[in-house]
Amino acid sequence: MASGPSGSASAELTTPTPGGPAIQARPVSSAPAVSPIWGFIGRRILLGILVLFLVSIVVFLATQGLGDPARAILGRSATPASLAALRAQLHLDRPLIVQYLTWVGGLVHGDLGTSLAAQEPVATLIKDKVVNSAFLVLIAGGISIPLSIAIGSYAALRRDKAFDVAMSLITLVFAALPEFVVGVLLVVLFATTVLHVLPAVTLIPPGAGPWDDLQGLVLPVLTLVLAVTPYVARIMRASMIEVLESDYVEMARLKGLPERVVIIRHALPNALGPTFQVIALNLAYLAGGIIVIEYVFNYGGIGSGLRDGVFNHDIPVVQALAMLIAGLYIVLNLLADVATILVTPKLRTRL
Amino acid sequence: MSVYNPLATNEPPLVQPRKPSGVLRNALTLGRTRVGLALLVLVAGVAVFGPLFAPHGPQDYLGLLPNKGPAPGALFGTDHIGQDVWSRFLDGGREILFLALASTILGLAIGIAIGLFAAYTKGATDDVLMRGMDVILAFPSIMLALVVIATLGPSYWLIILAVGLTNIPRAARVTRAAAQPIVERDFVGAAEAIGVPRWKILFGEILPNVLSPLMVEGSLRLTYSIGLIAAIAFLGFTPNPNGADWGVMIQENYIALSVQPWGVVLPVLAIALLTMATGMIGDGIARAAAGIDRLRSAE
Amino acid sequence: MTAPTVTVDKLQISMSGGAKTVIVDDVSFEIAPGEVLGLVGESGSGKTTVGLALLAHCRRGVEITGGSVRIGTTEVLKMSEGELAHLRGGLVSYVPQDPAAALNPALTIGTQMREILEAHNFGADGSARTARVAEMMREVALPDDPAFLKRYPHELSGGQQQRVGLAIAFACRPRVIVLDEPTTGLDVTTQAHVLSTVRELAQAHGVAALYVSHDLAVVGTLANRVAVMYSGRIVEIGPVLDLFQNAAHPYTQRLIFAIPHLTGTRELVGIPGRAPAPARRPPGCVFAPRCSYVQDRCKVALPELRAIAVGHQVRCVRAEEVRGQMQRHAAEVARDERAAQAAVLTLKDVNAGYRRATVVHDINFELARQECLALVGESGSGKTTLARSVAGLNATWSGDIKLNGAPLANAARNRPREQRRTIQYVFQNPYGSLNPRRTIGHIISQPLELFGTHGADADKKVAEMLDRVSLASSYAHRYPDQLSGGERQRVAIARALVCDPQVLICDEVTSALDVSVQAAIVELLGSLQRDLGLAMLFVTHNLPLVRSIAQRVAVMSRGRIIELGPVDSILAKPEDEYTRRLLSDTPSLEVALETAESV
Repeated sequence: MASGPSGSASAELTTPTPGGPAIQARPVSSAPAVSPIWGFIGRRILLGILVLFLVSIVVFLATQGLGDPARAILGRSATPASLAALRAQLHLDRPLIVQYLTWVGGLVHGDLGTSLAAQEPVATLIKDKVVNSAFLVLIAGGISIPLSIAIGSYAALRRDKAFDVAMSLITLVFAALPEFVVGVLLVVLFATTVLHVLPAVTLIPPGAGPWDDLQGLVLPVLTLVLAVTPYVARIMRASMIEVLESDYVEMARLKGLPERVVIIRHALPNALGPTFQVIALNLAYLAGGIIVIEYVFNYGGIGSGLRDGVFNHDIPVVQALAMLIAGLYIVLNLLADVATILVTPKLRTRL
Repeated sequence: MSVYNPLATNEPPLVQPRKPSGVLRNALTLGRTRVGLALLVLVAGVAVFGPLFAPHGPQDYLGLLPNKGPAPGALFGTDHIGQDVWSRFLDGGREILFLALASTILGLAIGIAIGLFAAYTKGATDDVLMRGMDVILAFPSIMLALVVIATLGPSYWLIILAVGLTNIPRAARVTRAAAQPIVERDFVGAAEAIGVPRWKILFGEILPNVLSPLMVEGSLRLTYSIGLIAAIAFLGFTPNPNGADWGVMIQENYIALSVQPWGVVLPVLAIALLTMATGMIGDGIARAAAGIDRLRSAE
Repeated sequence: MTAPTVTVDKLQISMSGGAKTVIVDDVSFEIAPGEVLGLVGESGSGKTTVGLALLAHCRRGVEITGGSVRIGTTEVLKMSEGELAHLRGGLVSYVPQDPAAALNPALTIGTQMREILEAHNFGADGSARTARVAEMMREVALPDDPAFLKRYPHELSGGQQQRVGLAIAFACRPRVIVLDEPTTGLDVTTQAHVLSTVRELAQAHGVAALYVSHDLAVVGTLANRVAVMYSGRIVEIGPVLDLFQNAAHPYTQRLIFAIPHLTGTRELVGIPGRAPAPARRPPGCVFAPRCSYVQDRCKVALPELRAIAVGHQVRCVRAEEVRGQMQRHAAEVARDERAAQAAVLTLKDVNAGYRRATVVHDINFELARQECLALVGESGSGKTTLARSVAGLNATWSGDIKLNGAPLANAARNRPREQRRTIQYVFQNPYGSLNPRRTIGHIISQPLELFGTHGADADKKVAEMLDRVSLASSYAHRYPDQLSGGERQRVAIARALVCDPQVLICDEVTSALDVSVQAAIVELLGSLQRDLGLAMLFVTHNLPLVRSIAQRVAVMSRGRIIELGPVDSILAKPEDEYTRRLLSDTPSLEVALETAESV
């Protein structure tokens, strides 16, 4: 698409004599490189807080607003008297708004409530679990992200050749499989039935860390890696191919630049931008995936904590963990957006 | 945040293929679509017609010890309380299939409508709608389902609603992304200029032109819903605790995995093949949609 | 005679894959140092593919299957990867068509200019290269300060981007440059600059240049020799003057007749039919189906390239006759003098724009019944915004627009049915204005159904309209993707006219079409306007086209009407400085030929 007439060029202009600047540069608002980004980050943080706030409303309504937690806890055979007593104890007789504000107020101050099943503050309960899950996610992420970038890029560079075709099928299959299916199949394959080389559960004694049972970590990490890598690899490939077919990469080749320079300087930076967002998406997906995987391997993290909380109708635990995971999602997306902006000059100067 | 379709190929359709049937026909020429379709027919067939061939009822006690391997009368042995694994397996697919289909259709219908509307209306309405979608996307989908189940307990309609709800924003984003370039095309402008009513433009002009990516997204949503529904059952949340359900079977027989694998292996393989099938079909459609345009532009 | 820098001999390029359909065949030409060879053709002629072949490069899906390309004495097609990297950018450079897309959005322009020097080891060391980069910038009239070099491509205007592309191409002082329509999408003034820069640089350094273009006027201004391609083959090649004045191939002749003239009025004549796809080329002469000189022997054997004059070759058996006919086709179009009619459209103090800005200011004019008013301006002048506002497609405008005395609401949606029916709009892009999912018949009948005609009556009207736009009635069952650009535009016109409007707004309706098709569409619009008594608002950036269709012209710049008056007087004696500059910067074939003649 044509852009407007070039600013100050006039009909009398001829090729100037060497040694002097020719025409005035077209004025561009000289944006300082730093401050607009902070403004952008600030706006995104505010937006994130807004979304978090909306999420809290959804979580609250889903747990305390829609149904009756007292009945859920006591079961169908509860007597009206015991129901009333529990409701009073849990402050469920107060208006909904008050309940919500009490809860949110507590969250903001670090008071996550008291677990109904364990009669302990939720915060103490989940402390270790958070560490365990974080460890798992970091290891899985640390393996899967570079792996998927490498696979995706290589497949794009050797498009339609053996590696690409094979990878295309493999990533398709694994991307379609639900992660618990992958987990269970791995257990069947390596732990219980076909081979017996790895443990089917991770045993973390209380007080110890997950690093104390490295063998027990292999299968959960492997499952998570297999759950995430195919997605990111496919998108990396797609992004890379789009870049490799772009006009500017063709132009770089037509300039006679060595292929290595074309790939590394011209292609890769443009392919990475969109990939950051997908990486964040998938780290977040990991955070969700652990809910099921931890159950498969009996891993003591926030995933199995959430599952147990739901099973026991332990509302405070469910609420706290839900907010934690949602908060994690939002932070990851924010990081991804910022990273994308940093990598894409075009977006940077629009700020 | 942009939308990524993990199972899609990298060639976005430049020109929409003339008819959806054309795309489907081309998809069927691809090896992977055929394999996927065959697998789908196989597994869905087992799921739908299985109960007719089950030698025993799903809750019949066979008088054999629980967690025993294959024996006369029990083709694949018994499960954790002595029921026939094979019969329960044959019975266990219907529930998953039904729930998955229902929640997929729910999510697609609402998501597509929202996506079309947002793409066409632009401006503030678009922003608000997409923020709403973001809120739902701020949860891992299984978590949203679990949170809802925490108080209300698992019931059929609740599961369908919860899983359908997680499908909505994803379908909406894909629809919106596909519809946005269409909305900018002049033929939409031409319809507006002569005063065609809005809803007619949305469903008569725009929707037919985004069918290809939507078909792909539909199969993605189905794959994903199956996985989610099975996972919820696997975690132990089912409206029908005694009934046969593949996800539930995996969970209840998991403990005995080392002695009696069949109670787990059969259902897990079935779910695996089912999701692989829908995934392959979706990928076939995506390739066909892109491939047709390749052929066209070379003419 | 110095040895030619570029020698192409019987080049053949085909599609990869099973059928190996031949796209380009038997292409041979030479370019001497300092000479510019114009390679002219319409879309699908294969000209870009030939241009890229000089760098031994092919786009995906295409490969070189025969012939030779020699730069100096070196055979390019047999080079290894390493030698090719040395060749490209160093010996042979390429200037791409779309400068914005060819520059990497993630790298500064300084980096992109420097790297070509580094890749070819140009300059003794770092500081020599820095100096060379600054010199490159000055050569193309861009600022040479380091701050400018730190900019990213999107921070430059289109013209500046193209100049950077030129600078990069000339960086290592190559011997050959291939320019692929480098001025497409640039406004006329910038285009003039770019062309003069190319000419000067080429002459100063003795560079052999291949200028690929569909724009005959531009080629006439710049090239020394011209080769005309049709459907993958060169049909005529010769010195620019001789070729344009005494064209010997029927296709070249028709192409020249299809170019609108800036000076003097001349009837525009298009070429019926369309060029065949590579897989569907007929035996014998490929142009035969559309040729007015066709004889039986043309359909049997493909004519060879043969000399018809000094340095002038042609691929036609009747070339001598064709050459003689050139002078006779100078029919003047009758200036339609009609009595002044009542105004059907009145604009008073109209301002229009978008949510953030007003881009059109203080517009006042009237459009009389049965009159064609051309709205002319460069891109960004606001002409399309104004046209869309009149049609109600853009609702952000203020002021008074009256249709037959009745005021128009801002958005089309809010206008009564009658008004919507009375004003119709034809869009620029034939590939976007038709719903790919509907049949042609369905598309044309859509307004009919909306405005109350259904069933058999509607079908009859559709058939009638197809006939009026010279499309066979069988087209009603086809889909848009089966039609060519020109045919689609005819359908768009049919759709607009099917409800008997009084006002037709044509928004750059020929800009996306080839020259010969352009002429045919303008012909069609002109005759429809006369027959149906339409008032027409014809928006275009193509000044010469205005003569062939409009009675009055309004020249717009930066959102205002600079001049408004009869076409003849404005184009012959423009009063405003802007209009004068626009006229002088517009490449015009007849002016170029006169200049060349007088040299």
